[in-house]
Amino acid sequence: MDANLTLVLTGAAMIGCGVYLVLERSLTRVLVGLVVLSNGVNLQFLVAGGKAGEAPIVGEAAASEMSDPLPQALVLTAIVITLAMVAFVLAMAYRSWQLNDHDDVQDDVEDAAIRRLAESDEQSDSFDLSSDEPETFEQEGA
Amino acid sequence: MHLIVLLHFVAGLGAPWLVRRLGTRAFAVLAAVPAGSLVWAVAHTGAVREGDGPTDVLSWVPSLDLEVALTMGVLQWLMFLVVVGIGALVLAYCTWYFTDDDEGIGTFAGVLVAFVGAMLGLVLADDLLLLYVFWELTTVFSYLLIGYDPTKTSSRRSALQALLVTTFGGLAMLVGLLVIGHEAGTLRISEILADPPGGTSVTIAVALLLVGALSKSALFPFHFWLPGAMAAPTPVSAYLHAAAMVKAGVYLVALLAPAFSTVAGWHASLLVLGVLTMVLGGLRSLRQYDVKLLLAYGTVSQLGFLMVVLSIGTRHAALAGLALLLAHALFKATLFLVVGIVDKSTGTRDLRKLSGLGRRQPVLLTIAGLAALSMAGVVPLLGFVAKESSFEALVDVAETGTELPAWAGWLAVAGVVVGSVLTVAYTARFVWGTFADKPAVDDTPLTPPGAGFQAAPAVLAMTGLVLGFAGSPLTSQLAPYVDQFPAAEKEPYLALWHGVGLPLLFSVLAVGVGLLMFWKRERFARAQARVTTDLSTERGYGWTMRAVDRAAVEVTGWVQRGSVAAYLAIILLVVIGLPGMAALLNVDPDDLRVVLWDSPAQAAVGLVIVVAAVMTARSRRRLRAVVLVGVTGYGTALLFLLHGAPDLALTQVLVETVSLVVFVLVLRRLPEYFTDRPLTWHRYLRVALGVGVAAGVTGFMLLTTSARTHDPVSVEFAEQAVEYGGGENIVNVTLVDIRAWDTFGEISVLVAAATGVASLIFLDTRLSGIRRLREIPYPVGVTKQRATAGRRAWLPAPRTLDADRRSIVFEVVTRLVFHSIVVFSIYLLLAGHNQPGGGFAAGLVTGIALIIRYLAGGKYELDEAAPVDAGILMGSGLGIAATSAVVPLFFGGAVLQSAIVDVSLGPLGKLHLVSSTGFDIGVYLIVVALILDLLRTFGSRIDRQVQRERREAEGSPA
Repeated sequence: MDANLTLVLTGAAMIGCGVYLVLERSLTRVLVGLVVLSNGVNLQFLVAGGKAGEAPIVGEAAASEMSDPLPQALVLTAIVITLAMVAFVLAMAYRSWQLNDHDDVQDDVEDAAIRRLAESDEQSDSFDLSSDEPETFEQEGA
Repeated sequence: MHLIVLLHFVAGLGAPWLVRRLGTRAFAVLAAVPAGSLVWAVAHTGAVREGDGPTDVLSWVPSLDLEVALTMGVLQWLMFLVVVGIGALVLAYCTWYFTDDDEGIGTFAGVLVAFVGAMLGLVLADDLLLLYVFWELTTVFSYLLIGYDPTKTSSRRSALQALLVTTFGGLAMLVGLLVIGHEAGTLRISEILADPPGGTSVTIAVALLLVGALSKSALFPFHFWLPGAMAAPTPVSAYLHAAAMVKAGVYLVALLAPAFSTVAGWHASLLVLGVLTMVLGGLRSLRQYDVKLLLAYGTVSQLGFLMVVLSIGTRHAALAGLALLLAHALFKATLFLVVGIVDKSTGTRDLRKLSGLGRRQPVLLTIAGLAALSMAGVVPLLGFVAKESSFEALVDVAETGTELPAWAGWLAVAGVVVGSVLTVAYTARFVWGTFADKPAVDDTPLTPPGAGFQAAPAVLAMTGLVLGFAGSPLTSQLAPYVDQFPAAEKEPYLALWHGVGLPLLFSVLAVGVGLLMFWKRERFARAQARVTTDLSTERGYGWTMRAVDRAAVEVTGWVQRGSVAAYLAIILLVVIGLPGMAALLNVDPDDLRVVLWDSPAQAAVGLVIVVAAVMTARSRRRLRAVVLVGVTGYGTALLFLLHGAPDLALTQVLVETVSLVVFVLVLRRLPEYFTDRPLTWHRYLRVALGVGVAAGVTGFMLLTTSARTHDPVSVEFAEQAVEYGGGENIVNVTLVDIRAWDTFGEISVLVAAATGVASLIFLDTRLSGIRRLREIPYPVGVTKQRATAGRRAWLPAPRTLDADRRSIVFEVVTRLVFHSIVVFSIYLLLAGHNQPGGGFAAGLVTGIALIIRYLAGGKYELDEAAPVDAGILMGSGLGIAATSAVVPLFFGGAVLQSAIVDVSLGPLGKLHLVSSTGFDIGVYLIVVALILDLLRTFGSRIDRQVQRERREAEGSPA
């Protein structure tokens, strides 16, 4: 099967821009990135479906001249899901703006706490709750 | 037998309720359950002696050969008696041990009774997996019982320690069980014992089993969890950690000894570790001041002894081992219960503070004395009989030298004798420490214990005494187990008098030297203190746990950065690294079959898209980014059209439009520019990642597409669509028929997303409060138009808007096109089966009609246009789709199967109805509801918030 270079490159370019945007902190940018990314992926579905043809409607063209309907059905599903996702992420961005005055994705506070423990070579909080007084180990090490 | 096991679990479930009703008296009631089981087991004594104990098999999952098989041989019978007999007594004892005010005794009682059930199941199980299930159940119950007081650190720590150590062994055991089951071709224990498998894998499997048995029975190097478990209330210590649960490992060894005692490593590991544990436990015991801990280390020591004797695998040893098992259960439970009484009566267990107890409590002293004599192995108690037989068995093994080399046999004898000396010494220390008058200590204040409190240990102590004289009936009763081992020259028997010989000498030696050690205890303690080191496996355990925790913190801190971008970057790097690199490395230009384009127009559109995409990425303004992304979206729609996918193009255009509106509705509230970010290496990294992924995708697509040689799956779709789906638009038939399950999942996602959006903006309820025009006050200076039927004004709501927000052109256009759009959407819905269209497109078009109404007339116009709650609409849509999916079932079809009906409409032609149209209508409703929901949340709701803020800014009360 022949690969359509134009479609592949257009799709890849969209995916590349999408990746760049998705790695941003601003949720709006992430969302825009996701939209570009999914459009790019949808184009690749067309590539996988083969060469262009007539609309896949029986009676309008011979079956051999139609474009492949299966990827189209898959892409149709993807398009609508993307709409739902856009709405949801937008709602999150808006909510984040309402609460924090910006829509930046924050780093997880708990994870940062764990990182601090790791940096200061300490054990976890749950360990202290379920183990002997840590002093005995300190003494042992001293 | 299933009923008996089950009954304990049921009683356990009912126990909290019973305790609430009766207080501690509930324990006495609960004790009736194991007591009843005891009667049942005693009734089977004869049958068991004849070797035909009951066997029950309950088919569970026949297709997997899973059965709940229970059987009761003599070994099981003995364990059964110990478990339910001591269980009943300990439960009864709890009646006095606890008071009604103690917290958590309801759960405690329940867990304790359920533990009896689990232990019974473990003992009776004739199936390896069933054995494992009950084995772990006892571990879990033990964990809960040790952690009885969750507010104490020591309690939590000991419980966790016991759990970790025993489940570690349990897991090793599970692997061993599975290997043995696989090698033997059956999981039934009785069949495996009758025809044991062999080979290297079985040797390893048996070693794994032994790890489980050693950890459960607290043998070195796992012994430390048992003294820790003394954090539990004393009845638990007496029962689980002396009589019942710790015997599970011993039981397993006894059970397997007939089949596997000749396996390599069996004797080496069990004898060495057993003797080591026996001596180590005895030595540790001599250093304790807490009498309960003293007994705990004594238990460790005795468990080592039991392991040694039961692992040997001769007739002598088998008989002696069972007697020892019984004797130990009786005297150790008694002693623990006595400690519990002492603890409750005086408030201390420290032998440096206890004084004058024996003089004032002669009955308690007698009870403890009988048990202590049994423990020390003194005539005429059962402990003496068992110990004599054990010595005899070991000497026999050492003399014949068939099971073991003679030197190893004698070494084992020596070790056990040393252990027995220590046993006598710590027994003396226990009796002296608990009951003696100590010159330097005043009499310990004492609340005399009641008779009932002392009943349970008294019964156990007396049983130990009586059974000492019952050597002959015991011998014949236990014969079926002994007969599993090869015949010997001398038949073993249990008796008080074995004649003068080495065993008697050893017994006398043990008592004599033991008492001497006790007499010279201070010198001995000083000597011991000099050679003792701080090194212990418990330290090792603590060190390991700390290392595990530290490693977890380090790994988590390193891997779990807490930044979404970092996670995404890792995922994308893998995408580049694995499929991307594989594609790039394997691209052979000669194999690639590439066309530049299908039509030059594709290239033109593609160029526009690429430029727009790059500009999107560089955009610093929100609105600009959104418009540019819209350009890429519409461009994609054009490419779809050029490719020959009108359905896709239609849907893409509609979705792009709706997205654009929704974006703008939200962006009016967000800052115009994105937050400023300094230019750092991060950005170059992002660029590099983007380029990398794009390159990887390109290579991958070119490679895979060129490599494809087979016909696509969809070659027959055209035919099937008409024949089964009754439609000519293949894509639409694919959605509602061929791949309808997919679509069903998709509309569920839509519902979930819409609900999520609504809950993020409305926070509490989706019921946004639809308010019709006739219900609201108009702004000052606006007269209400009649909105009742008959003389209804069309498009009435714009009058509620401020004058500067109204657009006459927009209103006029809305008046003109709204109806046409709605009619068009219904056409799309019905025609979609044969022409481009379908539920999604139709729903989006209707949604756009609603958007126009909202934009022209504000939130009240939206409510006028669609006076219905989006949630209800969505639910009905999902309901209709689900119904039309299920209905074919009632006509003998499959889920989502289509039926075709042609209705003649006379001059209008014929209406081609397919049952899947119902499904499409469901999809349509859900999409309409989704957009309605988005308008209500991002439109109306945010309108209200804007209004409120403006009012607050103007200073008027909200």
